[in-house]
Amino acid sequence: MKGMTLIVKQISQLMVPSIFLLGIYVILHGHLTPGGGFAGGILIAGCFVLLVLAYGSDEVKSEVRKWRASFSESLGIFMFWFLAVLGLVQGSYFFYNIIAKINPGHPGQLFSAGIIPLCNMAIGIEVAGALFAIFITLAVLKAGEKL
Amino acid sequence: MNVLPLFVAIPLGAAFLTPILSKAGNRISAVLGLCANGFIMGLSIWIIQYSKDTIVYFAGGWQPIAGIPIGIAMVMDGLTVVMLLIINVVGFFAMLYSLNYMTRYTETGKYYTLFLLMMGGLNGVVLSGDLFNLFVFLEITAIASYSLVAFGVEAEELEASFKYQVLGGTASAMILLGIAVFYQLTGTLNLADASRVIEGIGLNPAVIFVGILFLVGFSLKAALMPFHAWLPDAHPSAPAPISAMLSGVVIKVLGVYTLIRMFFNIFGIGRMSFVLIVFLILGTLSMVAGAFLALSQKDFKRLLAYSSISQIGYVIFAFGLGTPLGFLGGLFHLINHASFKSLLFLNSGAVVYRTDNRDMEKMGGFSQRMPVTGTTSLMGSLSIGGIPPLGGFWSKLVIVIAAVESHHFILAGIAVLTSIITLAYYLKVQKMTFFGKLSDLYKGVKEVPVLMCVSMVTLAILSLGLGVLLLPQLRNIILDPAVNVIAGGLDYAKMVLGG
Amino acid sequence: MIVYVLAILLFLIGLYGIVVKRNLIKIVISLMIMEYAINLFFALIGYREGGAAPIHTEELGDNMVLFVDPLPQALVLTAIVIGLGTTALLVSFAVRIYEKYDTFDVRKIRKLRG
Repeated sequence: MKGMTLIVKQISQLMVPSIFLLGIYVILHGHLTPGGGFAGGILIAGCFVLLVLAYGSDEVKSEVRKWRASFSESLGIFMFWFLAVLGLVQGSYFFYNIIAKINPGHPGQLFSAGIIPLCNMAIGIEVAGALFAIFITLAVLKAGEKL
Repeated sequence: MNVLPLFVAIPLGAAFLTPILSKAGNRISAVLGLCANGFIMGLSIWIIQYSKDTIVYFAGGWQPIAGIPIGIAMVMDGLTVVMLLIINVVGFFAMLYSLNYMTRYTETGKYYTLFLLMMGGLNGVVLSGDLFNLFVFLEITAIASYSLVAFGVEAEELEASFKYQVLGGTASAMILLGIAVFYQLTGTLNLADASRVIEGIGLNPAVIFVGILFLVGFSLKAALMPFHAWLPDAHPSAPAPISAMLSGVVIKVLGVYTLIRMFFNIFGIGRMSFVLIVFLILGTLSMVAGAFLALSQKDFKRLLAYSSISQIGYVIFAFGLGTPLGFLGGLFHLINHASFKSLLFLNSGAVVYRTDNRDMEKMGGFSQRMPVTGTTSLMGSLSIGGIPPLGGFWSKLVIVIAAVESHHFILAGIAVLTSIITLAYYLKVQKMTFFGKLSDLYKGVKEVPVLMCVSMVTLAILSLGLGVLLLPQLRNIILDPAVNVIAGGLDYAKMVLGG
Repeated sequence: MIVYVLAILLFLIGLYGIVVKRNLIKIVISLMIMEYAINLFFALIGYREGGAAPIHTEELGDNMVLFVDPLPQALVLTAIVIGLGTTALLVSFAVRIYEKYDTFDVRKIRKLRG
């Protein structure tokens, strides 16, 4: 896949940081407003997809290998699993909200709701990695190539 | 009872860990997978002692308020214990077998990830006490098995997997629509709670609509006869240990277990008695047609796949009789079928491993060169064919007795005749594959590696000796609690919620 | 009532597509239509006339009657994620099948006999 014109490249360069920031905002405020790990993760994956489309796959490919989308996917989902098991070990219930037990926080504040923001972050990493991996496998990689 | 979530957490955690570790080599993921599977197999054996109790576990510590459950519940009763035992024992030996077998393929790290995901999903389905969670675990299992069927990425495998996915996706859509209407009707997703609410509503057209949606959806997953089209393609295309899992475990958990749980424990068979007749019709149809289609097959694994349809027909037929003896026969046959069908698929895998061939007409005389494979497959074939005193004989005997007892004489006769056909085509397999003259092409065939032999021998011993489950001492702790759960019907709600 | 019927109609359109269409990609799209019809149906079940978004705020307090039912929304989100997974898998398989057979037509993809 070839890159697009200079205009597209420049504009996507300008857009990507704000989209990325919005994605992080949505993930962090997942327990307060609509959105959360999945929606934010899709936004973050979207800005990588935008970069690949604008600059062409040839230029991004070597970076892609470094980025290792599937690795971050596994890492995110493993973090989520770890939080769930932490509840089992510490609070004797699977998915037990151990932080809320110690410090519940006030409803509506950013630092509240215990492990839910942490879970959102894990899901965000997972979804961003997974969606980008799906995009690369479907759009960029030719037959027989490995991720 | 903190061990209940471990059945789901351990395989899933290992599945997420394997891709992270696979950089260090595929061998590590294999060992990790084996350890995880071994651990939950031990756990599922340890948990037999609680088979008579009903244990409810609320994830996250969300206890019910005023008797109404608000969180996600995990429920373990007698039926669940039996299913857990089948899943984890067959899963462990399939995993053990994979260590040698999967050297034929590349990217085995991904194979173990998918295998463990499938195990976690299967355990989740049987443990879930919540309809939507059941659906989520069902989809996890299904997605993992779609990818595993196409693991070889050859043209036929991709085609089979696509077919499987389209039909599986349709089934899932129907089940999801059923769940939506079900939630609209009852206002709850907890199975026990919903069972109570439905008891209050009575039988109105919407309940019957949900029942029909579930019946079609889960029958598609169980590959009963009019809905079987995907199975004879999908099961042979997978790598042998996965075929063993799919035929031995997955169709039983996603199809038979869910059908039993929904119709016997949630809707109540007394209210929806038409389901019993549907079970009898679908069961007999699959039993007979599966056997006749198997008779004409030339492909080893394809024959086994058609035979699976036939044997699942037996199980559903036994449950359709609606008597406790029928339930006993059905469950017993379920356990037996899990052991001998997975054994036979592993045998077919051993043949493929050495010869790269599934066409039985080109085989012959492998018993001389592969004594372990030959002997174990003979045991499996005799057991599935119903030769006394092997396991398969007893379960078929119980089913036939149950059919006679409930005055279905013709159907009992059909079951006996089908059993004879089953024996006929398995003897054909034995004659064409393991006995007779060894062709020159396969003079150099050797016995398969030791781990594959170990799994086959263990499963062969199981399929020989499972008849002992009918002895009163063992029956008391394994089969009877499960039968009581099914026969108890709507008592499920009382057992789970108390009161 | 009419909206429920329309959602079911959409479901049936998807089912029709799966049964009748011969192109792999069209089959995938039909499956997606079916899935989204159910998601729509789910969201409609949770809808309450004039209900607010189910977020705890100072003005609304704990008065549950003012909210739409949040549970179906959570279920729809989960179902969407599952649908994403299955669709991605189906599409990637369709691409692989195209590489092997050079066609999307199911009538020509017949190495397996039923």
